[in-house]
Amino acid sequence: MPQLGFLHGRAWAALLGQLRRPPGAVCIGAVHSHSQAAEATLASQLKPHKEKSNFIIKTPKGTRDFSPQQMVVREKILDMVISCFKRHGAKRLDTPAFELKEMLTERYGEDSGLIYDLKDQGGELLSLRYDLTVPFARYLAMNKVKKMKRYHVGKVWRRESPTIAQGRYREFCQCDFDIAGHFDPMIPDAECLKIMCEILSGLQLGDFLIKVNDRRILDGIFAVCGVPESKFHAICSSVDKLDKMSWKDVRHEMVAKKGLAPEVADRIGDYVQCHGGVSLVEHMFQDPELCQNKQALEGLGDLKLLFDYLTLFGIAEKVSFDLSLARGLDYYTGVIYEAVLLQTPAQAEEETLNVGSVAAGGRYDGLVGMFDPRGHKVPCVGLSIGVERIFSIVEQRMKTFGQKIRTIETQVFVATPQKNFLRERLKLIAELWDAGIKAELMYKNNPKLLTQLHYCEDMAIPLVVIIGEQELKEGFIKLRSVASREEVAIKRENLVAEVQRRLS
Amino acid sequence: MAERAALEELVRLQGERVRGLKQQKASTEQIEEEVAKLLKLKAQLGPDEGKHKFVLKTPKGTRDYSPRQMAVREKVFDVIISCFKRHGAEVIDTPVFELKETLTGKYGEDSKLIYDLKDQGGELLSLRYDLTVPFARYLAMNKLTNIKRYHIAKVYRRDNPAMTRGRYREFYQCDFDIAGQFDPMIPDAECLKIMCEILSSLQIGDFLVKVNDRRVLDGMFAVCGVPDTKFRTICSSVDKLDKVSWEEVKNEMVGEKGLAPEVADLIGDYVQQHGGVSLVEQLLQDPKLSQNKQALEGLGDLKLLFEYLTLFGIADKISFDLSLARGLDYYTGVIYEAVLLQPLARAGEEPLGVGSVAAGGRYDGLVGMFDPKGRKVPCVGLSIGVERIFSIVEQRLEALEEKVRTTETQVLVASAQKKLLEERLKLVSELWDAGIKAELLYKKNPKLLNQLQYCEEAGIPLVAIIGEQELKEGVIKLRSVASREEVDVRRGDLVEEIKRRTSQPFCIC
Repeated sequence: MPQLGFLHGRAWAALLGQLRRPPGAVCIGAVHSHSQAAEATLASQLKPHKEKSNFIIKTPKGTRDFSPQQMVVREKILDMVISCFKRHGAKRLDTPAFELKEMLTERYGEDSGLIYDLKDQGGELLSLRYDLTVPFARYLAMNKVKKMKRYHVGKVWRRESPTIAQGRYREFCQCDFDIAGHFDPMIPDAECLKIMCEILSGLQLGDFLIKVNDRRILDGIFAVCGVPESKFHAICSSVDKLDKMSWKDVRHEMVAKKGLAPEVADRIGDYVQCHGGVSLVEHMFQDPELCQNKQALEGLGDLKLLFDYLTLFGIAEKVSFDLSLARGLDYYTGVIYEAVLLQTPAQAEEETLNVGSVAAGGRYDGLVGMFDPRGHKVPCVGLSIGVERIFSIVEQRMKTFGQKIRTIETQVFVATPQKNFLRERLKLIAELWDAGIKAELMYKNNPKLLTQLHYCEDMAIPLVVIIGEQELKEGFIKLRSVASREEVAIKRENLVAEVQRRLS
Repeated sequence: MAERAALEELVRLQGERVRGLKQQKASTEQIEEEVAKLLKLKAQLGPDEGKHKFVLKTPKGTRDYSPRQMAVREKVFDVIISCFKRHGAEVIDTPVFELKETLTGKYGEDSKLIYDLKDQGGELLSLRYDLTVPFARYLAMNKLTNIKRYHIAKVYRRDNPAMTRGRYREFYQCDFDIAGQFDPMIPDAECLKIMCEILSSLQIGDFLVKVNDRRVLDGMFAVCGVPDTKFRTICSSVDKLDKVSWEEVKNEMVGEKGLAPEVADLIGDYVQQHGGVSLVEQLLQDPKLSQNKQALEGLGDLKLLFEYLTLFGIADKISFDLSLARGLDYYTGVIYEAVLLQPLARAGEEPLGVGSVAAGGRYDGLVGMFDPKGRKVPCVGLSIGVERIFSIVEQRLEALEEKVRTTETQVLVASAQKKLLEERLKLVSELWDAGIKAELLYKKNPKLLNQLQYCEEAGIPLVAIIGEQELKEGVIKLRSVASREEVDVRRGDLVEEIKRRTSQPFCIC
């Protein structure tokens, strides 16, 4: 017992904290005896304490469980995404949930403050991964891989302010596809865009648009417009807001808040409000100022080639060269792209979600070199599908349409109308399981037939096998269709075959 | 060098300036200007920046899964999930971390193995240690009284890793649990049936499932005269009987844990026994044990369990083993553990299959710990130790020299001549749009030999070869990589032909 008397405020707080802590935490650990008597005593000790305890059952801020209904939707979405990645010949990779802290700290610039650190418990300093791209670069450098086409589906963690309404959480799933390696220009880049289109079409989310731009073109535009180099980053992030704000507002921000000369802002405006197809690329090639800028020319040349390939892939009409696309440009070095859903006016009214982009990516040739001990570069291009946003949209649409989701795949229910038939049910269901048939039974010795049939209807189980005394004597089983309520008698030995026939 | 050091110092200072401005909530313009300066300084450091500072590795006790390992992993998960679904289970998912207090007090002495997150000013968090406690929390939080669910996810333990034996700090668990108040032993029997189905389907060799009951163990300790306070510690000694001899266990109990030798001997009479249902019946007749109410309950349930297991056709795989103790913190009834009987071993290494590959039991009190009113939801479940199974399956595939494909590509679109990239792009796009898994080399003018070699290495069964002559005639050459046979297929029939060939069993392409 600590001596009372003059204690610092903090010491008092600590003392009080100890007293307030649910003693259950200590009690449960100490109950190793576990004899009946001991357990009863413990239970009576726990009860009054628990009601006082201030322990709230919840998941941590910005995270959530997924119920069986939600899992069905998520798995459908992920299956579709993964099936597309596989169709394009990608190998799958997985990395640990946390990395050495030093692996991550240098990579995210200002966002480093959003990384979840693990407590220093005497071992290595660790942090939860912030995305799947940096672990990929680490993997490539670590294993000295020069070429790889991989996909990675996994959770990442960011200590952002969660905005649940926009589907933004602290723990969320990313689906990344990347092609690493030195190849002939723009072929892998085009394939990434093809993949994005296939996935967004396959998910049937409605019309979408992919905006495309290039880091070098943006830099070139800023240079010819007279943006001071030190302001590139700042002006970039203003320009990026053009999808949400008007040009007037963006211009105002650049001039008033970021100290850009008004003439320079106007020149920028002439460029960044442009968007179009390959004709815009050609138009810009002719631009008297821009064609003097080497970087911009490189970027435009690559975009032209890209559009050629996209046309051969049959997706050029879904892609728009948009000079206002800037995105987080920290590690991108070439083409960048972002997919947005095009809402119909009706949808815009119904849906409260405004999720922004649903997929994005670009080329990043310098990242692996940052990990490689000798700075060897491995050029990379890739994409990330925003499944959480997609999931929110699909979930909301399903609610709106009141769609019912089956959360189990059970095909046959084993039932009985009589008492004392548990053993027959157990034998029969084992036969079905051993034949690979998905079957369930009620965990009751003597369930009522009506209860069992109701369960089948609620769970949309298509078939019921009913065993009764009479049938058993004669060697028969009743097979009943839940939907039609029709019953037939089947010989016991033909049951499996008949069930399989009906289910195929 | 000094220049570089000075530059690095400038970067560091500038970084701090930026952080400081943000904390002070300075104007956006100001912040962005300083950030730009920082980026410029970093750019000056060049590609050397950051490269000296760390060793490229994953954290201790964790690993990447290479594509080959992923392919094995997916095969194993498919078997397991298909079994869970066959038994009507739903699937859920929970976050990777929980509020620290959710996990506190649930794991006894193992609590020190929990990974905590750093206190960064928000809630105190810890990485989940298993999937059972999150499940109990989920039930209590959603006030569910019955559910049959499976959950496959990674868990985290700051253990001493032994990676050659498949023991990691980050590893997968595959859990199946049935929560709810039901008639006795039916769900428990189904759990054992599931374990047997999975272990048989995985074809990792013969296995045995040991079964015991918490109440039988407690009753046994009571009638032998073990003091209540020593139950737990004697339990963990008994648990070692699968690895060490009875003499050693007895020595530990008497010498280290202060148990009276006579008591130890009495325990020894019991715990060295194992058998089928006949042992259950024998113990029901045991003069001492039959006086103990708990033991009788446990034995009665085990008898019923064996009946059901016989009806399920798996009784021959089950052994009632009185030495099975396991981590008993939250188990309240039947407990079980599956072991492989012929663990594979590489020369000079410990056999991989040592230890259990699956385990579980009944835990009726856990959900009640979370429920504000202490309402109980009885649960029984199992956990498959997949990491060990991955290693075993990988080894088995190596031994059989079975090639494991890391992609599912069916066709490579190739060209025999130069300047056919556009044609390849058009064709591969057609195949993708028809749902066919196809690739092409990212080269404008690849050599045919390289393309064919790529197919052999990746196990791609078919090549669609575009040639100038064939283009004029409107055909594509379809080549089987295995047999090297080539046929000309009309462009319009190509998709059908590929689908036909790739849908045949064993892909006789």
